[in-house]
Amino acid sequence: MPNAAENLTENLLPETGAGTIGVHGVTKRFPGVIAVNNVSLTFHPGEVHVLLGENGAGKSTLVGILAGLQEPDEGYLSINGERTRLSSPSASLEAGISTVFQHSMLVPTLTVLENLTLGAPWYERPPRDRIAARMEELKRDFALSLPLDAITGELSLGQQQQIEIARALLRDSKVLILDEATSMLTPQGAQELGTRMQKLVKSGLAVIFITHKLAEAYRYGDRISVLKQGALAGEMGPEELKSMTEDQAVDEIVRLMFGREAGATSTEHRESTAREETVLNVDGLATQGDADVMGIEDITLALKAGEILGVAGIDGNGQKQLAEAMAGQRPVTAGRVTLAGEDITKATVAQRRRKGLRYLTDDRLEEGSVAAFPISENTVLKDIGQPPFWVNGLERPHRIAQHARDLIAKFSVHTPGETTPIGRLSGGNIQKVLLGRELSGDARVVVFNKPTYGLDLQNIDKSRQRIAEIAERGLGVFLISTDLDELMALSDRILVMEGGRIRGIVDNDGTGEALRLRIGRMMAGEEEHKQATE
Amino acid sequence: MSMEEDMMSGSADTEARAADSATPTAERSAFQRILTVTVGPIIAAFILSAIVLMLVGVNPLTYYGYILERSLFSGLGLQQTATRMAPLLFLCASLIIAFRAGIWNLGTDGQFLLGAVASAATAPLLVGVLPGWAVLLVGFVLAALVGAVWSIIPALLKAYQGVNEIITTLMMSFLGVLLASTLVKLVFRDPSTTVPQTRTLPVADRLPRLFDTSISSGLIWGLIAVVAVHLMMTRTAFGLRLRMVGANPSAATHAGLSVPLLTMATFALSAGLAGVSGASEILGVAGNVRANWDPAYGLMVIPLVFLARFDGYGAIVLVFFYSALMIGSESAARRLGVPQDFTLLLVASLLICLGLGEYIDHRKRRKER
Amino acid sequence: MSGLLTEAFLSSLFTGAIVAAIPMLLAGLGEQMSEKAGVLNIGIEGMMLMGAYMGFLVAFQTESLWMGFLGGILGGVLTAVVMAVLCVVLGLNQIVIGIGLTLGAEGLTALLHHFQFSRTYPRLPAPERLNIPGLTDLPVIGPSLFGRHLIVYLAVLAVVVLAFLYRRTNLGMTLRAAGERPAALDVAGGNVQGIRIFAVLFTGAMAGLGGAYLANIGAGLFIPFMTGGAGFIGIVLAMLARGRPLWVLIGALIFGAALSLTTALQVAGSNIPTDVIQMLPFAAVMLVLVLFGRRAKLPSALGAAYERGAR
Repeated sequence: MPNAAENLTENLLPETGAGTIGVHGVTKRFPGVIAVNNVSLTFHPGEVHVLLGENGAGKSTLVGILAGLQEPDEGYLSINGERTRLSSPSASLEAGISTVFQHSMLVPTLTVLENLTLGAPWYERPPRDRIAARMEELKRDFALSLPLDAITGELSLGQQQQIEIARALLRDSKVLILDEATSMLTPQGAQELGTRMQKLVKSGLAVIFITHKLAEAYRYGDRISVLKQGALAGEMGPEELKSMTEDQAVDEIVRLMFGREAGATSTEHRESTAREETVLNVDGLATQGDADVMGIEDITLALKAGEILGVAGIDGNGQKQLAEAMAGQRPVTAGRVTLAGEDITKATVAQRRRKGLRYLTDDRLEEGSVAAFPISENTVLKDIGQPPFWVNGLERPHRIAQHARDLIAKFSVHTPGETTPIGRLSGGNIQKVLLGRELSGDARVVVFNKPTYGLDLQNIDKSRQRIAEIAERGLGVFLISTDLDELMALSDRILVMEGGRIRGIVDNDGTGEALRLRIGRMMAGEEEHKQATE
Repeated sequence: MSMEEDMMSGSADTEARAADSATPTAERSAFQRILTVTVGPIIAAFILSAIVLMLVGVNPLTYYGYILERSLFSGLGLQQTATRMAPLLFLCASLIIAFRAGIWNLGTDGQFLLGAVASAATAPLLVGVLPGWAVLLVGFVLAALVGAVWSIIPALLKAYQGVNEIITTLMMSFLGVLLASTLVKLVFRDPSTTVPQTRTLPVADRLPRLFDTSISSGLIWGLIAVVAVHLMMTRTAFGLRLRMVGANPSAATHAGLSVPLLTMATFALSAGLAGVSGASEILGVAGNVRANWDPAYGLMVIPLVFLARFDGYGAIVLVFFYSALMIGSESAARRLGVPQDFTLLLVASLLICLGLGEYIDHRKRRKER
Repeated sequence: MSGLLTEAFLSSLFTGAIVAAIPMLLAGLGEQMSEKAGVLNIGIEGMMLMGAYMGFLVAFQTESLWMGFLGGILGGVLTAVVMAVLCVVLGLNQIVIGIGLTLGAEGLTALLHHFQFSRTYPRLPAPERLNIPGLTDLPVIGPSLFGRHLIVYLAVLAVVVLAFLYRRTNLGMTLRAAGERPAALDVAGGNVQGIRIFAVLFTGAMAGLGGAYLANIGAGLFIPFMTGGAGFIGIVLAMLARGRPLWVLIGALIFGAALSLTTALQVAGSNIPTDVIQMLPFAAVMLVLVLFGRRAKLPSALGAAYERGAR
């Protein structure tokens, strides 16, 4: 079995070397949408080929086709010039393609060794010694260090990603697909991944790196293909990229993606609309953690009316638990929450809502709505039993329907009607309904958890505008996000959470890169930097 | 493990049947869909069971014909069918609440029997002490309480410990059936007869008959129960809360509902209605509980409720036909020598054919979209 | 009650415990594999009944108990095929289909039995007992523990074999992946449908064998509905055993002992009514569930059908 070291000495020509994948005129349709539209590309070994596009541009579908999860409706794939059909994940793996998906495809209760051998025939035994030996090589060549007997679910997300990369290398894959691999990493972690990708391609692999972040495409890619609404909008080869600066490249990419100049989507800094009065106070808040969920400790902050307080941090460091504790959904073991001077620590979710504290969850379909219920019912889900929609416990369907229609109009929700089950709507439209629901009545503080996650760029823009408008109107906004650009564009101050604690609260002073690096270090738990919390 | 109104487990596209009927798909008419999903499976099930009948040497046409004639086309049969509907309707009400709230209450048999024993033990003793209507009322209320109490352990385990209720309710059911028999034999035994049974409630003190017929008025109460449950689930705030817990417990918590309390309420209501079902059989028809009596209506009603997609009115129609089937097959057991257990087979094949029909419909709908 | 500790009582208690435990053990082992793979098999009671009927039928006709066991396995597997097709391949609701299969098996076996045997109620001859030199001669426990039919010891051997397979081969890992995160298994090139179908068929085979044991050895004849909840108890055993076959065995023995208390107490001449004693195993199950139910760790994907690339 050739190991990675041997690969280094193989002399591979770009066009005919093992691992050239050709995509020829591939089209894939889903009900109501053309996800991939007549795309033709070639992936060469020795290159990091970036597939760039906003959410909904067709990247994930293309990945699905390359990974064997879907088959194209038109067009075909080729491996090393030969036409191939990848009808299942096994076929894809056998063709030498390994895919690391955006959401971890590891079994959390199995050990690292078991996850590395997943998919092997059931009658065999895991070849422990062989794998241990190869892991030593991989450690040497690619800095992949993994404890074989640890339970996968207990490792960090970065380590889990390394397991998936190691698995690809153990299979001697020729092509490694990384789908949105940096979404769970700190800026430093992303840098490490970039370096690792370069090592991998130098050893002869082809790496396909999918992202929607423009800067990453330039920094880590040798070749960039831009996808727009399912079609190939343009390609930038290695020579072209080498000849440009980062800014020039970003401009060109933006032009390809949106046909306009970068200025329109720049991460412009928003003017602060913060007022004098403090609208939300959190003092020493703490919640209980357990095996699955982080507990938070010693959370103290103050939010002014009209202010946007951004919350940065890697996913899973207590941000969601903080939001739930503030909303009343999670029991609190210590501390106080005060809304406009009133202590609401003991208040229920419904009571807090009525007093003006609203919470827009990131989990739109699993938590925020009931997919099978019509939009109309979803708009009043948090007000069940309340007049005017219910009188003496009896439903007033007409009032609910009218309320829903008003909301649909006001927030431009694309839907056949208010009786459509909300699960049928696109992510962006569901978000609009939820936003409309949280803003109805007298809202004073809105807690947003990853509000633009998974939306296409138009909706992201609109959502950010709305958030800014809400703050302008005098509401306090608590904005949790994993998108640092978004936080830096919108926030007055940025709070960084790591390990369930606040690592620091910094003013968004427009110092760009320097600020970004500081925040990145805090996200990794390195710097304890506490400023005045007022 | 969520409860879907159809049998496609966790299907990828979330379809709500109500909305579908409002906006029918263009290419396949509503008629075609009903054919695939309701009528087709029923016919297929009857054919499948007919094959088994032929295998054991019984002419299916004779059998089906006899059943129809005996239960629907004769005056007496029709009345018996109507009377039999009462306990089944209460059970439908019980299961509609449970299933719509996402709770698998498989313990209705035990709750039914204990409710029956509770009413059978107390009613005869209260005759003469209380006015007639009060005797019956006490009997029903007690049955409801006993049924509800019998579900407390599974309810608590589910609500606060997350223990799967399928197993706990099943075990309590077995326990309940045995307990009921023990109570009849040892505690509530009628001293005046040799046959082990409870004291008999005189016919005059049972639920009155309707007009001139022999149909028990329990039928009316059963109908009221199903309709009331249906309206509650679809038109009230409480019903919406229960449905939310059934459809998406995380969303329910997010919306500020107390899932554990609502779970307890669901168990109490569902088990209580099952107890009332038992009482209706005693106070309306039988008058006493014999030892080792277990008609096991509970599990049989489950397929009917699924067939009706948890809709109250649909359930009433199906219960009517199922009662006819039961009355007919009971008689056929004596006359034609085909044991009544055949109905088990028929209902089971109905369930399976329904599942297949759902699947075919599901596939066709995805191709269209 | 004075005869409680006599040799006759204890011997009958142990014998009864083992005879009662074996069907539950087999059902539990079968269900355990299904659950590991993510399939909640409520139809197991139906599979046992079919196994009991087929087992009895074949044993009666061929006059061979071993052929009867094969027949039982066949009966269970045929029922399991229906479940595999409907639930694993087509993705129908596992619980509803499971209830349907149980009801259907009850009706079918009762019907068939009525037309075939209800007039004659034939019995099978008493099963051969093993005689292990030395062990079978031990007082009290000797004949009851070591003088049973060979199938008993094969069933216990199955516990060991399964434990080995689960821990040392990729079988255990593949099953657990299918039950916890089928998407991960699929993407790694494993066959989710395949392993689940295998697990369901295995459950059918074990349940069918358990039913055949119940009919052919436990009772010597077939009575409609004779499984009396043994399959469901098997589900409980599997749920509480946390993935270890050994715990299924221990649980089955405990419940078997509770069940056999009936006959044993009657042998001892007590007059506690049968119904009360029959309640014991179910009461024991509830007690265990109350005390340990929370610890029953079930695979995350249990009960949900897997669809590749579901949007």
